[in-house]
Amino acid sequence: MSSADLLALSPLWIAAAAALVLLLLIAVKRQFGLAAGFSLAAAASGLVAVFLCARLAPRTVTSLVVVDGYALFFTGLFFAAGFIIFLLASSYFRPSAERREEFFLAGFVALLGASVLAGSVHFVSFFLGLEILSVSLYVLISFPLGRRESIEAGIKYLVLASASAAFLLFGAALVYGETGGLDFASWAARAAAGAVDRPLFVLGVSLMIVGIGFKLAVVPFHMWTPDVYQGAPAPASALVATISKGGMLAFLFRFFWIIDIRRFPSLVLVFALIAGASMIVGNLLALRQNRVKRILAYSSISHLGYLLVAFLANSTIGLEAAAFYLVAYVITMTAAFGTVALLSPEGADADALDDYRGIFWRRPGAAAVLTLALLSLAGIPLTAGFLGKFYVAAAGVGSSLWALVIILVAASVVGLYYYLRVLVVMYARPREPGPEAARSPGPRRSYLAGGIGLAILVLLLLGLGIFPSGLIEMIKRTVATLAGVVHPPGA
Amino acid sequence: MMLFWMLAILVVGGILAWAAGRLNDRLPRWIAVCALGADLVLVAAVWIHNYRAVSLLESRSWLIELRWDWIPSFGASFHLAMDGLSLILLALTIFLGLVAVVASWTEVRTRVGFFHFNLLWVLAGIVGVFLAADLFLFYFFWELMLVPMYFLIGIWGHERRVPASVKFFLFTQAGGLAMLLSILALYFIHGRATGVYTFEYAALAGTPLGAAAPWVMLGFLLAFLVKAPGVPLHTWLPDAHAQAPTAGSVILAGLLLKTGAYGLIRFVLPLSPSALRAFAPFGMAIGVAGILYGAKLAFAQSDLKRMVAYTSVSHMGFVLLGIFSLDGTALQGVVLQIVCHGVSTGALFILAGAIQERLRTRELSAMGGLWGHAPRMGGAALLFALASLGLPGLGNFAAEFLILFGTFRAAPVFAVVASLGLIASTIYALSLFQRIFQGPKSAEAPFRDLGPREIGVLAALALVIIWLGLYPQPVLDTSRAAVAAIQSAAAPGRTMGIVSAHPACPAAAGPNVSPHVAGEPAGQAGRGKGGQR
Repeated sequence: MSSADLLALSPLWIAAAAALVLLLLIAVKRQFGLAAGFSLAAAASGLVAVFLCARLAPRTVTSLVVVDGYALFFTGLFFAAGFIIFLLASSYFRPSAERREEFFLAGFVALLGASVLAGSVHFVSFFLGLEILSVSLYVLISFPLGRRESIEAGIKYLVLASASAAFLLFGAALVYGETGGLDFASWAARAAAGAVDRPLFVLGVSLMIVGIGFKLAVVPFHMWTPDVYQGAPAPASALVATISKGGMLAFLFRFFWIIDIRRFPSLVLVFALIAGASMIVGNLLALRQNRVKRILAYSSISHLGYLLVAFLANSTIGLEAAAFYLVAYVITMTAAFGTVALLSPEGADADALDDYRGIFWRRPGAAAVLTLALLSLAGIPLTAGFLGKFYVAAAGVGSSLWALVIILVAASVVGLYYYLRVLVVMYARPREPGPEAARSPGPRRSYLAGGIGLAILVLLLLGLGIFPSGLIEMIKRTVATLAGVVHPPGA
Repeated sequence: MMLFWMLAILVVGGILAWAAGRLNDRLPRWIAVCALGADLVLVAAVWIHNYRAVSLLESRSWLIELRWDWIPSFGASFHLAMDGLSLILLALTIFLGLVAVVASWTEVRTRVGFFHFNLLWVLAGIVGVFLAADLFLFYFFWELMLVPMYFLIGIWGHERRVPASVKFFLFTQAGGLAMLLSILALYFIHGRATGVYTFEYAALAGTPLGAAAPWVMLGFLLAFLVKAPGVPLHTWLPDAHAQAPTAGSVILAGLLLKTGAYGLIRFVLPLSPSALRAFAPFGMAIGVAGILYGAKLAFAQSDLKRMVAYTSVSHMGFVLLGIFSLDGTALQGVVLQIVCHGVSTGALFILAGAIQERLRTRELSAMGGLWGHAPRMGGAALLFALASLGLPGLGNFAAEFLILFGTFRAAPVFAVVASLGLIASTIYALSLFQRIFQGPKSAEAPFRDLGPREIGVLAALALVIIWLGLYPQPVLDTSRAAVAAIQSAAAPGRTMGIVSAHPACPAAAGPNVSPHVAGEPAGQAGRGKGGQR
């Protein structure tokens, strides 16, 4: 392992070191402002490190992790999202809340796990990354210790995540038994050479899909999502919805690109069914929800379905579309949960639709952000979500996935209905003057950090919606590195 | 650049109006008036400057265009272009926009800044739709105009505004997404055939589609027939029109429906002649059904604004009939009908809004004998009711006559059935007038007659409708070249017909302009093009 190898991993080092330093910092002096400031600085320096590492890429560090443009792109995305979520968290936690500094600690662990996933080319690194991510999420979800529903959500997540990890391990064991290796390239090579017992190999990978599908919260592995989103504090929900899913998606794209899913029609069918079911079930179940966080949960299920359509297009344009959509989705979901976080009154999250009644007339800024986020989720122009949906539909049409694309269109119309439900409530005339103006005991929290976070998100949301060219070019280069590294010319 | 400024003025004006709304309620109105006034001056200047040039424009060339790279990796560009058809629709958009602002001067009292922001942005979206020469950009604007319209209905609408606004949004969005698939299919078919992946209108318009043609056309049809509205897909319209505030109703009826008609002319007609010929009888049937069904339901309504809304369905049926007759004369009539219907229905909605503002109800049964209180309002209503029923001398007559004339050549049966609509429209228009203004007096309280502001607005609309009834030639001349180009692509072999003769340019009687006569104005066209960029 050369020094350049070590340097190339610097984003991971930064995430790990930040977690340790925070641990010590909290032990020495528990001060929220200090911890928040340090975390923001560390996340920002991680982002800078990603850009600096681009010069060292592509590079395979040990047989476990690869640092290429693809991994760095997603690592950068996670650090950026982490930065924003930390900003939102700084405003979310009350000065009166106990032990709020550990949120950042667990956040960095999650960043580390997701970044490892983005770079893993070996089952060991994949599983390590996954477990690092999961462990931090158990903490994050049940973070407000005094709140029953958070603890319930955390335990639900713990039990189900462990079960899905068991599936994953068993599936990997089957594949290992067939191929005799744990690195994905050898799996691909053995499968390509026809040296594996196909049914067993496919069964193994299918069992792995259970574990992957659980993290992505796609139908039929979605049951935990609404409860966890509802129970977790809003910044943690944002983290589950964006970084955790993003890490797994980054892995998924690379994994199936390496083993070349086109060779396994049965796996393609499985994913097509998952995608279709996620789009339909996610949107239909969202219709009946009366809580904003649950609506966002079901909405995220359907959005993962859209993403899988792009993934199934199985072309470079499909990967580009998926990457673009993921970026748009991360920005949008963070903005949505960020607004929820900032609108939340003392002690509980603003969740019931009624909490949002007439919010536009009382808190126009926050309501405008949430409006933009919902319009972006619905795929209306001027927002990043519009271009994302356009890109995904283009990829689907380009690969003639007509059934999936038509489901996507129909599901989008259904989806629009529940986004409009939220909008309607937000713009309704308020019944009485703002309730939260009346109750604000103790020191007031500062909205500055969260406000800055939301402002950045709005700029990105509109910026990508109007001038997407820069990001598209970057994604094209990224996808090209994946194609180049994994399938060298002639292979 | 001029095209960009037209959009930019509306967009920036909208943001300014929103910001100004925090200061006081009058400022946003004046900002909106100024923005639209500036645009109106621009459009008028372009029209007058290019009046000769536009009617002699060669087919498939633009009067003014503007093209910036936008997303080169998609092959999408910010490409705005104007021909005679766009020019007329643009003039209508700005004119009705101005009318809508002035007409709702006293009606809207809450969130005035945000109201005018939405108003100007929906107009910007519509202007964009009429100008986009790139299908990606077109789709962008098509979707963009929904959101402000949704807010206009949902926030400032009447008692059942929320369901109406949601229904409006869902219907149009569903149609829009179907169109998205068609645009993408077109994009890939063209890209695979030529290797050039682009959303450029001029490039995609002639793509040979083969077996995919009916499906591609279906997507476009769904989007445009929802908007236009074609009869089974019209159910969002009465709710949205009735619940919207006056300005919203004027824009919905006068402009948003026209985007559907425009889309049919601009995108569906040149798409695939064979698929179009197969669909044309169904299209005409939808049009005729709309004419008769809309008229019948209009007669049956007890809500004033719903009644006017159904007359829109009926009038837009003429537009659909004319479009799918594929006849040049009928298409010219369609353009005229688009303008006249926008003006006359806009005026009726303004009157309906004025009555509702005074009586606090839209129930026809609560009205009656208003002429005694408000003769000026009664006179205006009579004029526009007569326009609506197609009295000769008013614009709608000229338009419907041309449509029926053209359709008769193409499909006599449809034309005969459709002309029954003229009888039906007489019934509903006169009954509308009688139920409101004649009979025993209902309003005991003093009923204010029209004020100077309302008279000004209605007088402007009346002048336009009379002008178009007596001398529609400028509109026909302006749109002739553009319509001829599209018509010859849609139905090769059928000639343009009678209405193209311009007194000053005898050679313009057919699509082929003889070179020696066309030389001078064509040079003008070239200069106009160069000078405006």
